[in-house]
Amino acid sequence: MFKIIKQLTSVVAMFAVLFAFSTETMAAKKSKTLENTKKRGFVRCGVSQGLPGFSNADESGNWTGIDVDVCRAVAAATLGDATKVKFTPLSAKERFTALTSGEIDILSRNTTWTLSRDADIGLTFVGVNFYDGQGFMVRKGSGISSTGEFKNGTSVCTNLGTTTELNMRDFFDSRGISYEPVVFEKADEVVAAYDAGRCDTYTTDKSGLAAQRTKLSAPDDHVVLPETISKEPLGPVVRQGDSVWEDIVRWSLNTMIEAEEYGVNSSNADMMKTSNNPAIKRLVGAEGELGAAFGLDNDWNLRIIKQVGNYGESYKRNIADTGILPDRGPNELWTKGGILYVPPAR
Amino acid sequence: MDNRGIDFGFGFLSQESSFDVQFSLIEYSGSDSYARAFLVGLLNTLLVSFISIIICTILGVIIGVARLSSNYLIKNSAAWYVEFFRNIPLLLQIFFWYYAALRALPMPEKANAWFGVTYMTVKGYYIPAMVWENLNVFLYCGLAAIIAIIVLRNYANKLRDIQGKQIPVLFYSASLLIVLPLLSFLIGGVSLEFEIPELKKLSKISYIYEGGISLPPELIALVLALSLYTSTFVAECVRAGIEGVSKGQKEAAASVGLTPNQVLKLVIMPQALRIIIPPTTNQYLNLTKNSSLAAAIAYPDLVLVFAGTALMQTGKAIEIVSITMLTYLTISLTIAAIMNWYNKKIEIKEK
Repeated sequence: MFKIIKQLTSVVAMFAVLFAFSTETMAAKKSKTLENTKKRGFVRCGVSQGLPGFSNADESGNWTGIDVDVCRAVAAATLGDATKVKFTPLSAKERFTALTSGEIDILSRNTTWTLSRDADIGLTFVGVNFYDGQGFMVRKGSGISSTGEFKNGTSVCTNLGTTTELNMRDFFDSRGISYEPVVFEKADEVVAAYDAGRCDTYTTDKSGLAAQRTKLSAPDDHVVLPETISKEPLGPVVRQGDSVWEDIVRWSLNTMIEAEEYGVNSSNADMMKTSNNPAIKRLVGAEGELGAAFGLDNDWNLRIIKQVGNYGESYKRNIADTGILPDRGPNELWTKGGILYVPPAR
Repeated sequence: MDNRGIDFGFGFLSQESSFDVQFSLIEYSGSDSYARAFLVGLLNTLLVSFISIIICTILGVIIGVARLSSNYLIKNSAAWYVEFFRNIPLLLQIFFWYYAALRALPMPEKANAWFGVTYMTVKGYYIPAMVWENLNVFLYCGLAAIIAIIVLRNYANKLRDIQGKQIPVLFYSASLLIVLPLLSFLIGGVSLEFEIPELKKLSKISYIYEGGISLPPELIALVLALSLYTSTFVAECVRAGIEGVSKGQKEAAASVGLTPNQVLKLVIMPQALRIIIPPTTNQYLNLTKNSSLAAAIAYPDLVLVFAGTALMQTGKAIEIVSITMLTYLTISLTIAAIMNWYNKKIEIKEK
């Protein structure tokens, strides 16, 4: 009797394993996240708690910024409407947990791509939408003009749970300077404390410094030092394990950058359908079957360009025209002396 | 967890933390392990809780007794104090003390000396550091004084029980506590010097004090907020305790010829304490748990250092949050155990 039960259970177990395998192979073609997104009717996107130029909400709750535009592009590609995004403001501390626990599906929150984050935490970085580096802001009156002039006992205000904390330690340690780290959970609190004179310097990514400077009581009394002490490639992140969703987000971002490269923008996208250049025709869905690979229709990339615009438009609208960083620096296309370079969409 | 690509394990605790902490009671640098970073955070939490518990108890007893005063002004100001601090959310009070203090305090170069040698500035409260020589001799002398006091008290109790004679124990104890350590200076070779903070220029407009000890403004703001807030609850416990002792007890004690001080010390307080201790224990527990709001103003407590930075750098959310929860549970249970022991000690002993 026991033997029969034993045999039966092993047979059941075998079927279970087979079944698991078959669903596994089926799932490889389909994206659970995409299915759920379509069912829900909106893309769930994690953003910052307010960083002008990257992700910032106005009085009426409209989010703008280049990080926001990545999520809007994904919504345009998958749901056909760039406005169908639900934004969740997250602190630096909460962001990865929110993503791994499934509360959001894209984390587009000025997040630095590092080996340990990519490999350890169950996350996958899909690309870079802003090349940044860590810098320092000081009071103009201090006369400090380079990071070499910091002395022992300098107090440094910064954000909790960022690569900034680690870079700062590397920087001061390698120079043998003792410093006092004053670490806050929210960016607004850092700004308030620095403004009140609690710290001699404020360190974070340079784009962040430029953006936060506008929030100080007298922005013109402060200056960002020229040195950059780290590489901070910022980009969107997705959960590990859904490679199709990962591809959708990656190529939504790439589409925006490639569109700029080929001169396709939100106003001329429709006309480009009749272009002579096959690369451009592919980019606006007039040639090839690029969407099919993700389970999307063929106009997915056209919708991104029409509704959100190309990377250059997004940068101009959010970062240049707002006076945060008028100069694109490394975030210029590779063809124009920058380092923005994406694989071809074909 | 496998589905989400998360792996579980505590191996990270021995890895190098590679971040610095602003304020630490033990030696710590970025090359130490995450386990040591945990210890740094834990000690900072205990420090702020310990100081706040002491201050809130002293304040609470004073305010609680003041509320029962027959003086109209004292009684009503105490009542206002309680109603004011009790009814504003703690987080707001923390922000208030921190940012108000930051705005109001002077920059280091403009600070006036308090007591000649300490400086209250926006960057912290700088006090002289003590530089000891032969510290252990001094400590032994202190210990000897305490032992002598205990012996003296027992002797005094015996004397009172057998001969009914009272000796001024308090006076003798105080003299012992002063004379013995003083002797260690005169003949024990102990010496104490003070390292006084000195102004140092960092750049054209920024200064700090060097030497001495710096208490960060974050610690001060947090202690202020926690102790003022909790003292109102302790005050209410004290008031309830004293009012809970029936009037007859006081009248009876007075009628057998005890002085008002003796009435309070020997009759009212022992009975009131039984009512006061259990709810006050709750307040101590609340205070300790509330200290985790420190993260809002950059005080490097357990939540900020371990459940904040360490969690972010390792991504071990489940492990770190469970360790943190267990730690708070342990702290709370320990405080509860101590208070229960004390409560047992003072409860009615039926013979």
